[in-house]
Amino acid sequence: MLELKNISYEVDGNKEIIKDISVKIEDHFVAITGPNGGGKSTLAKIIAGIVTPTGGQILLDGEDITGLNITERAKKGISFAFQQPVHFKGLTVKDLITIAAGKPMSVTEICQILSEVGLCAREYVNREINNSLSGGELKRIEIAMIKARGTKLSIFDEPEAGIDLWSFNSLIKVFEKMRDEINGTILIISHQERILNIADKIIVIADGKLENVGTKEEVLPGLLHKATACSTLVEKNER
Amino acid sequence: MDSIQKNLLAQVADLHEVPEGAYNIRANGAGVSRNTTANIDIVTKTDKDGIDIIIKPGTKNESVHIPVVLSQSGIQESVYNDFYIGEDADVTIVAGCGIHNCGVDTSKHAGIHTFYLEKNAKVRYVEKHYGEGDGNGENIMDPVTIVHLAENAHLEMETTQIKGIDSTIRVTKGDLAEGAFLEVREKIMTHGKQYAKTDFAIDMNGENCKCNLISRSVAKGNSKQEFFSVMNGNAACSGHSECDAIIMDGACVTASPQLTANNIDANLIHEAAIGKIAGEQLIKLMTLGLTEQEAEEQIIQGFLK
Repeated sequence: MLELKNISYEVDGNKEIIKDISVKIEDHFVAITGPNGGGKSTLAKIIAGIVTPTGGQILLDGEDITGLNITERAKKGISFAFQQPVHFKGLTVKDLITIAAGKPMSVTEICQILSEVGLCAREYVNREINNSLSGGELKRIEIAMIKARGTKLSIFDEPEAGIDLWSFNSLIKVFEKMRDEINGTILIISHQERILNIADKIIVIADGKLENVGTKEEVLPGLLHKATACSTLVEKNER
Repeated sequence: MDSIQKNLLAQVADLHEVPEGAYNIRANGAGVSRNTTANIDIVTKTDKDGIDIIIKPGTKNESVHIPVVLSQSGIQESVYNDFYIGEDADVTIVAGCGIHNCGVDTSKHAGIHTFYLEKNAKVRYVEKHYGEGDGNGENIMDPVTIVHLAENAHLEMETTQIKGIDSTIRVTKGDLAEGAFLEVREKIMTHGKQYAKTDFAIDMNGENCKCNLISRSVAKGNSKQEFFSVMNGNAACSGHSECDAIIMDGACVTASPQLTANNIDANLIHEAAIGKIAGEQLIKLMTLGLTEQEAEEQIIQGFLK
């Protein structure tokens, strides 16, 4: 279980990106949603140790991990899939999956993981992680690394960002499958209704604050009615 | 051969025992063993230090190993090796030099290798440079590779210098006839106060010849690297050069490519990039459980693979 206690993050000494967020994440599949720029990705990075909060505490299974760095948190069982997958000149899919798994991996084992994320395995094993791969392919490899790790907390930062609708439809299936198969907690930042629909719990973050937490029945209706749309457009309509 | 020399051989030529096929092993300034085959002859030069390697036309799937090791501190030598590759031959040539210097004197090896590839000949040329030793003596290697490619000849060269060479000036020159193909893949890593200079000069003279130069390097510590390339397109040809460097600590890297098209159908491209390891690459690997140092090593190892 992950617990955030009074997490805040400010830059330049006054601009608050995250404002006093406290929440317990104990369900199997938890989605974080809310408007762009509201602090969702920052919060995910704070959990993974990439961003250091200016206040508050992070507890993983009761243990205070606030002072641990990225590597230490990874070893404690936190995985983080980037919104923008990173390119590596020279490192291959096989290299990264092997690093992620933390043990030598046979081609068969790697193929198994790749096919679970919808990649026709063999042809990808020795591909370099560079811009010869499409956005959708890189996203899938990013997810495959998380699967290879199989840790108790897997964080996905907007897996749908930057991929086309067709790739997205099959990606959703990957997450539906993962929901049924992975042990541990999946924390996924998403705007997609289909992802929110399979979440056990939804956390709404807006303007750096925790706005709502609950089941989809509790949270979704309010979300869909609330004017998270562009305020200029809303004002225009009102005129 | 002693264990130091055997280790050098393993480093530069992946040789753990006597190789198959033709070979010539040179240690501390003199030839120590040689083998020739029905198709590959090796002859000692009489006018200067070095050997001629003569490969008969049509020779297929054979290899030649010509490693050099220096384990006595202070040896300085220039060795001239000429390769005559007959028509339609298809061979692998493994060269390389390892220096073990535990003295105070400068050890230096300059291998001047000239390749004459006849029509349709195909060569894969692998060259590794390696240095070690705990003395204060410097290890210097100044390899010169000159390639003459006849019609439709094909040469792929892999050259690697990962460790222990204090100073190197690497010169590669070539001329390409019609339909010839030259590819050079260079990998360099320098550290400490090392200096490495790469100097390419290629004349693309024949119709439809192709040249591809790829240099990947890592400069650590206070080392200094310079990359110069001159590519002249004198006919309808295509040339591509690429220089990609990771810079670390207080190192310095210069890339200075020069392309000249002397023919309207010469198609020449150069790409150069110098930069430090991207922070997000380190972070990604750290989220997979590696420490920052392990992540750095993985990135460099992959980059120079």
